[in-house]
Amino acid sequence: MNKHPAFVEWKETVLKKTLERFPERQKEFKTDSGFPAERLALPEEIDDKYLLKIGFPGQYPFTRGVQPTMYRGRLWTMRQYAGFSSAEESNKRYRYLLEQGTTGLSVAFDLPTQIGYDSDHKISRGEVGRVGAAIDTFADMEALFNGIPLDKVSTSMTINSPTAILLAMYVVVAERQGIKPAQLAGTVQNDILKEYIARGTYIFPPHPSIRLMTDIIEWCSREMPQFNTISVSGYHIREAGSTAVQEIAFTFANACTYVEAAICAGLDVDVFAPRMTFFFNASSDFLEEIAKFRAARRLWARLMKERFKAKDPASLKLRFHTQTAGYTLTAQQVDNNIVRVTLQALAAVLGGTQSLHTNSRDEALTLPLEDSVRTALRTQQIIAYESGVCNTVDPLAGSYYIENLTDRMEQEISALIDRIDAAGGMIAAIESGSVQRQIEESSYTYQQQIENGERIVIGQNKFQETKEVSPPVFQINKFIEENQVMKLLKIRAERDNQKVRKSLAHLEEAVRGKENVMPHVIEAVRCYATLGEICDVLRKVFGVYEETKGY
Amino acid sequence: MDIQQCRGRILIGKPGLDGHDRGAKIIARSLRDDGFEVIYTGIRRTPEEIALTAIQEDVDVVGLSVLSGAHNELFPEVLKALHQAKGGDIPVIGGGIIPEEDIQHLKELGMYEIFTSGTPVQTILNTFREATEKYRQRKHKII
Repeated sequence: MNKHPAFVEWKETVLKKTLERFPERQKEFKTDSGFPAERLALPEEIDDKYLLKIGFPGQYPFTRGVQPTMYRGRLWTMRQYAGFSSAEESNKRYRYLLEQGTTGLSVAFDLPTQIGYDSDHKISRGEVGRVGAAIDTFADMEALFNGIPLDKVSTSMTINSPTAILLAMYVVVAERQGIKPAQLAGTVQNDILKEYIARGTYIFPPHPSIRLMTDIIEWCSREMPQFNTISVSGYHIREAGSTAVQEIAFTFANACTYVEAAICAGLDVDVFAPRMTFFFNASSDFLEEIAKFRAARRLWARLMKERFKAKDPASLKLRFHTQTAGYTLTAQQVDNNIVRVTLQALAAVLGGTQSLHTNSRDEALTLPLEDSVRTALRTQQIIAYESGVCNTVDPLAGSYYIENLTDRMEQEISALIDRIDAAGGMIAAIESGSVQRQIEESSYTYQQQIENGERIVIGQNKFQETKEVSPPVFQINKFIEENQVMKLLKIRAERDNQKVRKSLAHLEEAVRGKENVMPHVIEAVRCYATLGEICDVLRKVFGVYEETKGY
Repeated sequence: MDIQQCRGRILIGKPGLDGHDRGAKIIARSLRDDGFEVIYTGIRRTPEEIALTAIQEDVDVVGLSVLSGAHNELFPEVLKALHQAKGGDIPVIGGGIIPEEDIQHLKELGMYEIFTSGTPVQTILNTFREATEKYRQRKHKII
């Protein structure tokens, strides 16, 4: 048994406290041959370099994980992103996923909802209910969570520009279920900067968007202390074509911008930082991905401690959700995607993720069928319950290759963040288009490597099959747009329109002033003001963002 | 670029609301590297805006990218808008996450070709070259 004083101290403080509060899942963890799986394997000699760079899990610099017992204590949250057509149809899929053992909900909204338009707006045509559930009023949100007790699940909502509105709707649904905001657990993405960089669902310009974000963080820190108010996302940056280094560097540069904004708004870093989460991509370069997650954890802890002077250990912990890489899926030989997803999911787990979405085999063709979603979820369950990788914390620590690569990733990420800072920060880099151009460059290089065969994609540029049978694909209800518009028109006719107008006028006043918008958005939502109407008020005051064109 | 050397003028458009522009940008850049002049609309354009730009810029081919699943609505809308803007003979090539069964249907409605994920870029470039040549020959005859 290792007797190094730092290890003894960790055992008697950090570990002991956790074991008292959260006992491990099993009394003992054993290998297949029957001997005990060590909780934390250590080098024979713990030296200063080990303590400085690797350390112990649940303790600064968190390289080995944010929890002292990691998956021996609790498995990651198996959270499958889902949503399509109407609120009612999506509700069915959520209930199915909960029955199948998913442990958290993750809501996908359709594009009009994400961009702040009602389903009957001209620009929404064709897009209603396509990539997620269509939400126009609070009534849709109520149908979305029908029969799901909101104090028993944690819900992640992929919503950015109109976060305040969807969050308000969620609060009002809970209110009708007799649940207080303080009892709600979950996450809103609320990460606007990456929308300009990669994902595209921006509405307002950067500065007013950040004001909305800080209003949400401020309101939630008082009213919804269990809710994660932002999920700073590298996922979409990677999907847009960035490298792993760029993914983390741009995400952290965005995160630093948010932390600075919140501090400027008068918030204490140790109040909101523990409610900040991250969202990363798990791609196919297995060992680099593992090193990426470990490097990111260490770098974030240092940034929070040294740059932002955070004191609470909870502020230093990089907690993150991971999704396997959609861009690596192929439309050819779709079953191969199950194997890709398995490797990527395993990298996320060996990298210490807090929650995970595994993509379905048919997602290069369309939205996934229920069967495919089940296999994707089973993939996580097999890793969790059969593979044995959860029996020990950070099993790859100490591998020369992994540790060297972790160091290299950290250096490269840190250098790229410094370059962005030196050039005037992230908002300037986005407005000039420089971040977007760097991603385009990486994406083009990646594609050229596939074209010239330097990068092999099985089934696509090697080991192709000439005769491929196209698999059955998921179909969206053709009448979804029509039905949704009818439902919306009915609500507009039946609600108290005078009350709606009054609530929107109050909201406008708050938006123009310095008052927190959240209470006013909640009031408007209660009166059945639509998402489009509320966004119109914001658009009127804030204006809209125009894309910086590279061409 | 010298007009003589230019293979043709292409508009790459993103109709609808999805922000997935990785493919559109790769195709735009590959076409440029292949000797075309390329105009990219940026994301979130209406079919009418795309048609208007195609006419104003006097392009030989329009390439559209949709990854949200709204292709069955948006591609025909662009064809219609082009027709109304007196550009109905400009070939339109589509790409995106498009199921097999929609491809035939879209081609019957007048799409020149549809490409899905995993298609070699060279195949796409060849189709743009061919569509450009056909369009230019036809235009030449009419003039």
